[in-house]
Amino acid sequence: MENMAGQKPAVVIALNLSVVLLVLLWIFPTLGLFVSSFRTGDQITTSGWWAALFPAEQTLQVRAQDPDDFRVDAGNGVFVVEGNVFVEGLGDPLPIDSWGTSSRAIDAYQVGETADLGDGETMTLAEDGSYIWQGDDDQISGRAQRMFINATVPPDFTLDNYKFVLFNPENAEGMAKAFFNTLTVVIPATIIPILIAAFAAYALAWMDFPGRALLIAAVVGLLVVPLQLALIPLLSFHNYIGIGKGYLGVWLAHTGFGLPLAIYLLRNYMVGLPKDIIENAKVDGATDFQIFTKIILPLSFPALASFAIFQFLWTWNDLLVALVFLIDSSGQTTVMTKQLVELLGTRGGDWEILATSAFVSIAVPLVVFFSMQRYLVRGLLAGSVK
Amino acid sequence: MHPALLGLVTVAIGVGGCIGYFYGANLFLDKVLLPAKGPNAGRNINRANQIRPWLFLFPALLALGLYLAYPVFATLRLSLLERLPGNQYAFVGLDNYTQMFAEPKFWEAMKNNVMWLIVVPAASTGFGLLAAQLTDRLRWGSIAKSIIFMPMAISLVGAAVIFKLVYEARPEDVAQIGVLNHLYLNYFGGLEPQQWLTNPFWNNFFLMIVLVWIQTGFAMVILSAALRGIPEETVEAAIIDGANPLQIFFKIKIPQIMSTIVVVWTTITIATLKVFDIVFAMTNGQWETQVLANYMYDKLFRANDWGVGSAAAMIIMLMVTPILWWNVQNARKEMR
Repeated sequence: MENMAGQKPAVVIALNLSVVLLVLLWIFPTLGLFVSSFRTGDQITTSGWWAALFPAEQTLQVRAQDPDDFRVDAGNGVFVVEGNVFVEGLGDPLPIDSWGTSSRAIDAYQVGETADLGDGETMTLAEDGSYIWQGDDDQISGRAQRMFINATVPPDFTLDNYKFVLFNPENAEGMAKAFFNTLTVVIPATIIPILIAAFAAYALAWMDFPGRALLIAAVVGLLVVPLQLALIPLLSFHNYIGIGKGYLGVWLAHTGFGLPLAIYLLRNYMVGLPKDIIENAKVDGATDFQIFTKIILPLSFPALASFAIFQFLWTWNDLLVALVFLIDSSGQTTVMTKQLVELLGTRGGDWEILATSAFVSIAVPLVVFFSMQRYLVRGLLAGSVK
Repeated sequence: MHPALLGLVTVAIGVGGCIGYFYGANLFLDKVLLPAKGPNAGRNINRANQIRPWLFLFPALLALGLYLAYPVFATLRLSLLERLPGNQYAFVGLDNYTQMFAEPKFWEAMKNNVMWLIVVPAASTGFGLLAAQLTDRLRWGSIAKSIIFMPMAISLVGAAVIFKLVYEARPEDVAQIGVLNHLYLNYFGGLEPQQWLTNPFWNNFFLMIVLVWIQTGFAMVILSAALRGIPEETVEAAIIDGANPLQIFFKIKIPQIMSTIVVVWTTITIATLKVFDIVFAMTNGQWETQVLANYMYDKLFRANDWGVGSAAAMIIMLMVTPILWWNVQNARKEMR
């Protein structure tokens, strides 16, 4: 192309850097949600998620053990409390950088040093977190001595949010039920329009009849009709024929709304199939039905897959159609998108719940996206560029 | 019955029904109605072949007519009626429209929608073109494209949650957990954390960013294919003539993919016109962020005012119509 003569290294580096920047900009928001879903609520509110990826210097506060219960008389009026800060409360041992005994000087001492607390009272903290607090009867009593420990805390992630959101039966706002409801909506709403559209697309591509051009134009026109217009008339219609709000209604609605794109994509693909095959089959006495099922359908697999992915993503991610045609006041049929909107209202500040729930709902589309990206791209290209 | 089981049964009935219909109707046509034997065999075959396309088309036409064509007219009708108690309707002419035009909230929605229509398609197409051109010759270009394309798979509601975290604002004296406020305070000299979503006017743009983030991947994928389709000779000729890379991009490449840019632009325009989920989930039209689709939803399902709600839907339809017309014209031109 234009750089056949070779590019200057500086240009190549600038190019790479700008793409890196663009990619980071695009992945950063999602990454934030992903990382947050593995942090506890406390962690999320005390530091930004970007800080969670790296070991961080943190100041941990801890008290020695209660002198009234644990002090040991060492004789000569000296009393000692011994213990280990990690065993008693801080959890797994961490590398201690420095420590202190007063909030005004939290990094006054190194490990192994002995802090002089005045009048012969001392505190010694060793590298492994064990401490010796010693003094006279009066000093080693009442409230235990405080310690500030500056340690490097490694990244710490938990799966508890997912356990709570997916598997806790007492969590009324859990995603498990909504997940299955979404799945229940999506599968029929993806498969049925494909079948109906495939036959129609074949008729529009390979059968000759009056009005064919007009029908194709109509399908192209319906492609952009906003489904907002369909809400009230169709809801009234569903009520009239007795379906009301429910799965049947939402399946029918998704089928109707998905058909124009399905017919359009499939027809464009089928029209491009080699004419010879079809004519030879006709000469050999195959009927239209046989040609369709034995030749066209298998050959059209890429287009069928493209549309299936579109329809899957669209129905899985849909909010409006589910709100109008599916979710009734009982809330038993809520889908994940609706559940997320509810959570944004009721649990607006609980990012560990929000992030985890959101990630549960976007995980499946992401898997589908990355595994079937080829077909998705092909479908997009067939649908908009010719 | 458990809904999942119901779903499986529906798939079985739906798929079985479809196959049964197509197979059965086809068989009925050939064997019973117009059999290809007897004295009229030839005539029967011809007639059967005239009917068969309609057999194949019937379910699709029924669904399209009922679920997309009929609602356009039904909504038009509803927009001219007023609902009275007891499921009665009264013809009120254009009253619903005049009532709607008198509402400041409607004009707020119109103004915002127009801003969305200007900003989102332009920004998405622009970023998409940039990403397509930059990643084109990189060795890891396809990975970069995958990542920029990825938001396409994320629901608008999911994206709303993602960006709520980005925009999160917390009191001044505690750590900021939203990236934007963190950057604003630490690197851009911000004095206090900003409530990005509740400051009128600019909050609209923070909502638009979400849709741009999603649509850029779409624009990139299509424009990238178009860029690759440009004949290399035109670019080579420009290089020999001494054009610099910028000239090649703007004077040689862009004009050749102009029709694709227009298609991408209009497709994103339609998606923008119907934007609902983002506003519904992030601000619900408060703080002067109302848009037409959410205004319509408010009227239909919160205020239960079908007349004005349908009138708002007709406005959306009216804005789509030029694109619809243009698409149909193009499709007809192509078929000739």
